[in-house]
Amino acid sequence: MSEIAVPNRKSSSLAMLTHMLRIRRMEEAAAEWYGAGKIRGYLHLYIGEEAVAAGAIPCFGEQDDVVATYREHGHALVRGVPMNSIMAEMFGKASGCSHGRGGSMHLFDASRRFYGGNAIVGGGLPLAVGLALAAHMQGEARVAACFFGEGAVAEGAFHESMNLAALWKLPVLFCCENNLYAMGTALERSESQTDLCAKAESYKMPALRADGMDVVSVREGTLQALSRVREGAGPVFVEYRTYRFRAHSMFDPELYRDRQEVEDWKRRGPIHTFSARLKAEQGLTEQEFLALDARVMAEVAAAVAFAEAAPFEPVSTLAHNVVAEDGP
Amino acid sequence: MKTNYREALRMALREALASDPRVFLMGEDVGRYGGSYAVSKGLLDEFGPERVRDTPLSELGFVGAGVGAALGGMRPIVEIMTVNFSLLAMDQIVNGAATLRHMSGGQLHVPLVIRMATGAGRQLAAQHSHSFEGWYAHVPGLRVLAPATLSDARGMLAPALACPDPVILFEHVRLYNLEGELEDDPDAWRCDIRSAAVRRVGDAVTLVAYGGSLLRAMEAAEQLSDEGIEAEVIDLRVLRPLDVAPLLDSVHKTHRAVVVDEGWKSGSLSAEIVARLMEGAFYDLDAPVARVCSEEVPMPYALPLEEAVLPQPAKIVTAVKELMGRK
Repeated sequence: MSEIAVPNRKSSSLAMLTHMLRIRRMEEAAAEWYGAGKIRGYLHLYIGEEAVAAGAIPCFGEQDDVVATYREHGHALVRGVPMNSIMAEMFGKASGCSHGRGGSMHLFDASRRFYGGNAIVGGGLPLAVGLALAAHMQGEARVAACFFGEGAVAEGAFHESMNLAALWKLPVLFCCENNLYAMGTALERSESQTDLCAKAESYKMPALRADGMDVVSVREGTLQALSRVREGAGPVFVEYRTYRFRAHSMFDPELYRDRQEVEDWKRRGPIHTFSARLKAEQGLTEQEFLALDARVMAEVAAAVAFAEAAPFEPVSTLAHNVVAEDGP
Repeated sequence: MKTNYREALRMALREALASDPRVFLMGEDVGRYGGSYAVSKGLLDEFGPERVRDTPLSELGFVGAGVGAALGGMRPIVEIMTVNFSLLAMDQIVNGAATLRHMSGGQLHVPLVIRMATGAGRQLAAQHSHSFEGWYAHVPGLRVLAPATLSDARGMLAPALACPDPVILFEHVRLYNLEGELEDDPDAWRCDIRSAAVRRVGDAVTLVAYGGSLLRAMEAAEQLSDEGIEAEVIDLRVLRPLDVAPLLDSVHKTHRAVVVDEGWKSGSLSAEIVARLMEGAFYDLDAPVARVCSEEVPMPYALPLEEAVLPQPAKIVTAVKELMGRK
């Protein structure tokens, strides 16, 4: 799908570029502050895969539901969760989007219908099916968009959810981010059938592929799939072929893949290829690009300062929000 | 009116479906088949396939869909055929439903009701007969109920649906055919889902039970009464959060307690009750708290063996007498 033209409105192209840069710069800062000991736990970076969230998520409306995984900083950011509250959450602070109870892996924002932040592989898929079931039963037009990695297709939850959504013709968009490795296990080392779209088709679910390194391809593929879901015929599966440039988490020595492979994929990096295209086709100047990057860097610096300055939730609130405070 | 436990459950389901359009029932064979224990028989005809949904055999999938539907503004009632099958869905219950409120800093809540059959007594062997209530009662974020009477079978569903938290309702298989009188006046069975209940008043010993074990404890209490020992019987009703005060009050009076639980002893709900009594009533006790639980084997099929596993009334009577130094 890489033949599709860049949208001719420069502003929307810039929006996609901005989304990708914001994710990239925010995560680079997160890695730095992880090294400094301010962010702890697991930190799964999305660097390299930015085109997927940046291309897909703006396609959804405010009414739609978005479910993601533990590698969800980018999804949250593009969905509109403020960078300050994402960074504060990674720092574990009270002004974080989950009040410091979730951390990097569990970003939530109910007001933006962003349902996290699920760190059990495949665990978000049944949730998305249920959200879509609710929409269907309420007669509302919203779609549940569910992001997950290709590692999830080995889980029973994937198959049960695909079947249920297809059987009941529910408005789910299954967004599979295929970055080729489930932690350290390559797709061909874990699946007898490596054609992911074939799995969807076995549930009689329409499936299509998009180039996950190309934000335009992602956007076009997502819009096409989304319009089919909105027609009411049931769920659609999209495979985004992408690649994670960084380690799985901060503890990963990357013994399972070749350095050359990583370098080869980096040459297809979604930010520099798209900015080059905008320069060639839409007259983006280097100066404009640098100015944009500087604005993003300033936003990131402000988010880090905000997160650093924010307080932790007091220990006296420890037992809050386990069950409803007012009880049954 | 004269009725039974199964019908009391069905009346509650019918009322919930009729009174709130957000409520729907889903699970394996709840529709055309009428429910594997016939609890939902007739509801498909009455409410249609949108609201009484037969699911594929996908416990993880449809329980998770229940969690998602609850997040999306519905009030799902999910039926799992039996507690052994619920283990296939445990991820969505324990990692999902129970954690979302806390993990999201209070933004999300999961008003989901899960009903399931539990327990032994039908010779269904080791994959359909266990009592894992205690496993769920272990988990912060869940509320766990065990209706043991007709009126709780009729009354517990409404407050469970009104509760913004995930609630698990355990229905013991031996109770489904339990017959009795249910008051026509709703005030007689309308109930809370917070408190334990004293089912029999006595002063010699406190028997603590719930679900299917309540009947056994009551039967044992009657036998003991014939011998001049008046047992007080407490029905826990709510397994999480535990309502400990009535237990402490009772032991303050009786100075002895026996916990009856169809679960195994090791790492169990009965162990938790004993610990709470130690913590709160140690100086009231005249004897160590005793337990009558299932023997620690996977449930065998053959009738004499199954009966030997379970906490039968005779075992309870013996345990009480030993506690009181009587033969």
